Amino acid sequence: MTLQQERPRTGPLSEPERHYLSKPDRVREDRRFVTGKGRYVADLIRPDTLHVALVASPHPHARIGAIDTSAALQVPGVVAVLTGDELAAETEPLRQYLDVPEVQWWPLAVGSTRYAGEWVAAVVADSRAVAEDGAELVVVDYEPLPFVIDPEVAAGKDSPLVHPTHGTNVMADRHFAWGDVAGNRALADRTTTVRTRWNRNSTVPLETFGVIAAWDPHRELLDVWASIQMPQFPEQVAGSLRIPTNQVRVHFDVDVGGSYGVKRGIKHAVLAGFLARRLGRTVALIEDRSENMHGGDFHGPDRIFEVELAYTDKGDITHIRIDVLDDEGAYPGRSPLQLAKPIGAIVGPYRITSAEYHAKAVVTNKTGQVAVRGFGQSPTNYAIEAAVDAVARDLGMDRIELRRRNFIKRDEFPFRIPSGTEYDSGDYETVLEKGIAAADLAALIAERDELRGKGYLAGIGVASCLEPGGGNAIFENIMNPKNDKTTFPEACRIRVDGEGAVTAVISISSAGQAHETMVATLVGEELGISPDRIAVVRADSLSGFPSQSPVGSRMTIVLGQAIHGAAGELKNKLRIIGAHQLGLPVDEVDYRDGAVVSGSNPDVRLSWGELVAIAHRKQHLMPPGMQPGLEMVHVAHTPRSGTLTSPEGTVQLYPTYSFELHLVLAAVDPGTAKVELKRYVVAHDCGTVINPDVVRGMVYGGTAHGIGVALYEQFAFSPEGQPLTSSFMDYLLPSSHEVPRIVDVEHCTPSPYTSHGQKGAGEAGYMGAPAAVASAVNDALNGVGAAPLHSLPIKPSDIWSALRAAEQESS
Amino acid sequence: MSSTHVIDVDVNGEVRRCETTGRTSLADFLRDALGLTGTHLGCEQGVCGACTVLLDGQPVRSCLMLAAQADGRSVTTVEGLSGVDGELNPVQEAFCGSHALQCGFCTPGMVLAVQALVENVPEPTDHDIDEAIGGNICRCTGYVQIREAIAKALEARSTIETVPAR
Repeated sequence: MTLQQERPRTGPLSEPERHYLSKPDRVREDRRFVTGKGRYVADLIRPDTLHVALVASPHPHARIGAIDTSAALQVPGVVAVLTGDELAAETEPLRQYLDVPEVQWWPLAVGSTRYAGEWVAAVVADSRAVAEDGAELVVVDYEPLPFVIDPEVAAGKDSPLVHPTHGTNVMADRHFAWGDVAGNRALADRTTTVRTRWNRNSTVPLETFGVIAAWDPHRELLDVWASIQMPQFPEQVAGSLRIPTNQVRVHFDVDVGGSYGVKRGIKHAVLAGFLARRLGRTVALIEDRSENMHGGDFHGPDRIFEVELAYTDKGDITHIRIDVLDDEGAYPGRSPLQLAKPIGAIVGPYRITSAEYHAKAVVTNKTGQVAVRGFGQSPTNYAIEAAVDAVARDLGMDRIELRRRNFIKRDEFPFRIPSGTEYDSGDYETVLEKGIAAADLAALIAERDELRGKGYLAGIGVASCLEPGGGNAIFENIMNPKNDKTTFPEACRIRVDGEGAVTAVISISSAGQAHETMVATLVGEELGISPDRIAVVRADSLSGFPSQSPVGSRMTIVLGQAIHGAAGELKNKLRIIGAHQLGLPVDEVDYRDGAVVSGSNPDVRLSWGELVAIAHRKQHLMPPGMQPGLEMVHVAHTPRSGTLTSPEGTVQLYPTYSFELHLVLAAVDPGTAKVELKRYVVAHDCGTVINPDVVRGMVYGGTAHGIGVALYEQFAFSPEGQPLTSSFMDYLLPSSHEVPRIVDVEHCTPSPYTSHGQKGAGEAGYMGAPAAVASAVNDALNGVGAAPLHSLPIKPSDIWSALRAAEQESS
Repeated sequence: MSSTHVIDVDVNGEVRRCETTGRTSLADFLRDALGLTGTHLGCEQGVCGACTVLLDGQPVRSCLMLAAQADGRSVTTVEGLSGVDGELNPVQEAFCGSHALQCGFCTPGMVLAVQALVENVPEPTDHDIDEAIGGNICRCTGYVQIREAIAKALEARSTIETVPAR
């Protein structure tokens, strides 16, 4: 069964007849949101709930001495104050995914605080306002310690240590070489090396993280409502609280106000769960913006890349080397695994047959990092694309032509890249042509030149990037061989009740991905029933099924596979019932749009109502031995998963590879160095689309997010280790004034490995936008003879400095 | 701690007399005292716009205003836009028609900002539209489908306006 599902389809993929898939249709979730009837975690707080406020460290590194809570406890309404030592005495540390036993992490700092903003104590009160009043009165004695903020300094021998007992700030240091490195280097005529800096940013959802925990001592059950997007959340909360996993019930019927990867919140849930059990009350921890920005541990990758490309004089790239140093902040947790995912797309969309990859993770005295949209892929895409642009400059070759020349061709798929991953399918040249047509490249160039004629700096940016889709957990194994996990499943229950109504049950929470629409559409397509008639509900973690949550652009793929499996089993049961009743062999009947029909005579049939009645109420008409009811649960593996990393470091990472091509025109005001994006086109291919409005929304939104990364967003720190961006006044999110009218054109190259040819789309736009916008700014600088900028975000001051440097050089 | 005030405020067409403390924001009052949780708090600093409500028809940040300041005023929250049976108003309908949202967290504030545009600006230019929603951050959509929804809502307005009164 499994083998059959995973075997790629052969021969040309004809467009199958579809009733609901890829058709324009409304998104069912939208109605509750436009009326203000979403149910976010903060909306679920009842009047008798206790609230938590946090005492944060003002020091980047300090030994914690006495903590005086007496004044806080005097505040009317304050119920308790909890310190790190008290919490650590009764809980297990939070999970580390690397093999770093000396790195101990708790929700509240223990012994010393390792970044400014780290939570040191929690104050619990009958309102949030009173809890904040109490938090202001907690007095902590700190003894400041040496600290390190710069990741390159942290990686050196003489650096202050963030976790002294670990002996070094280096948490992971992995070297890989794949393919004929020496041979491919010998084929090249020259090399270009580019150092790029992806500064610290994150997804920064508008809803902060929140969790409510309630302990019922009589049922011995901890109920948790949280704004999560996190694999293994219930297990980790239970493990840290030292209670069995079947005593933690996480409710997934909670709307999440944006996540894009970061809403992990284990430490928040452990803290709230601990307080709920200790106090016997319902406890809410809803971060305010300032807690979220620096104490929530929701920062994203913070990387220094060096990319070297070897290539021939004609522009054929023969080899790639990527060195990357990632600043994890104080507690590495799951974030260093983000260095492994790009191994599955280490050569981008290019036919490069050897690669070297050196990935190093260090800790510094900064806020902790967490998974961000794309799990490390977008920074890597940016670094690769910056190097490709540099090769074009060095060769004097057109950037688009260079890319086209090196693209993997459509007839070369499935294409195995040197790191062992096979790209499933693609047609990069056609997507490129669609993008060029949509942007009207000739007109775009004319507009750029016209802007230049008017005294503006103007440039065109290009980026061609991959979005790995169908996330599995094999990156855990790559970064830590002790993690021998190869299964990362999703599941769906399809139930047909006694009246024939269909309900699909999933056990995940969603953060705007329109999963209810996706599930209804896919179930409808599989069963030939209108999605409008299919209910989608969410089980909790105890009544639900194995799920790893909607990370890694995986739900259409893996949950889609589960739906395909459950629907297939349901249709099979209906066929057995129908064949028995019609007196025909099972292989002579078909399931068609809700009925079971004789293959030879369509008039011989059993209707949906008759089938349902037999299954639920007529044992005398059922085939002997059959279970009553129509309940199908299918737990699906991630397609193409199941194999550990080989000793040589080759591995099949993700099953599907979406592709996107960005073309952007930027104008830079020569007086203020402000960048304005005048035109923006994305050509995008994620295989079969489930809902067109959802997919294009992902493309636009991810692109806007990438524009923010390229031009505005950074979690900055002073040399003293103090956060400089603690609010939306300092951390700039793009508004309607900054985001241009993005044009998206879609192309469909189906994946041969998924139920309907679908690929991932949740990280679309973000994969290529930072690279494309940087490319446009650099084309503008190139137009006036200024050196390219290779650090994001590109601030006006950076552009101004580049222009001044060019002026000085020419004078 | 904090003073207490009795206020009369018209919320979604119904005058409510309530006691509130002097330091309670209008947003907290709407959410906690009246249970109108459609008003969302994203930054509590007046930047993100998620808490936007209409005060006497004009969009304001309910996180930056005290409940006591709303005494004698009229407040419209997102809950006040739909009909009694939950039927969508033209702006809400346009947002659904264009899928002008994803996670929905900024949506109530965004819908109200657009409602004010539709009610107050006769023939908005693209610049007027960007201004109207320029104080409302959406992290999901990149604003493209929001702009499409605004176009639809304006079209619906002109259709309604040209229907002769019966």
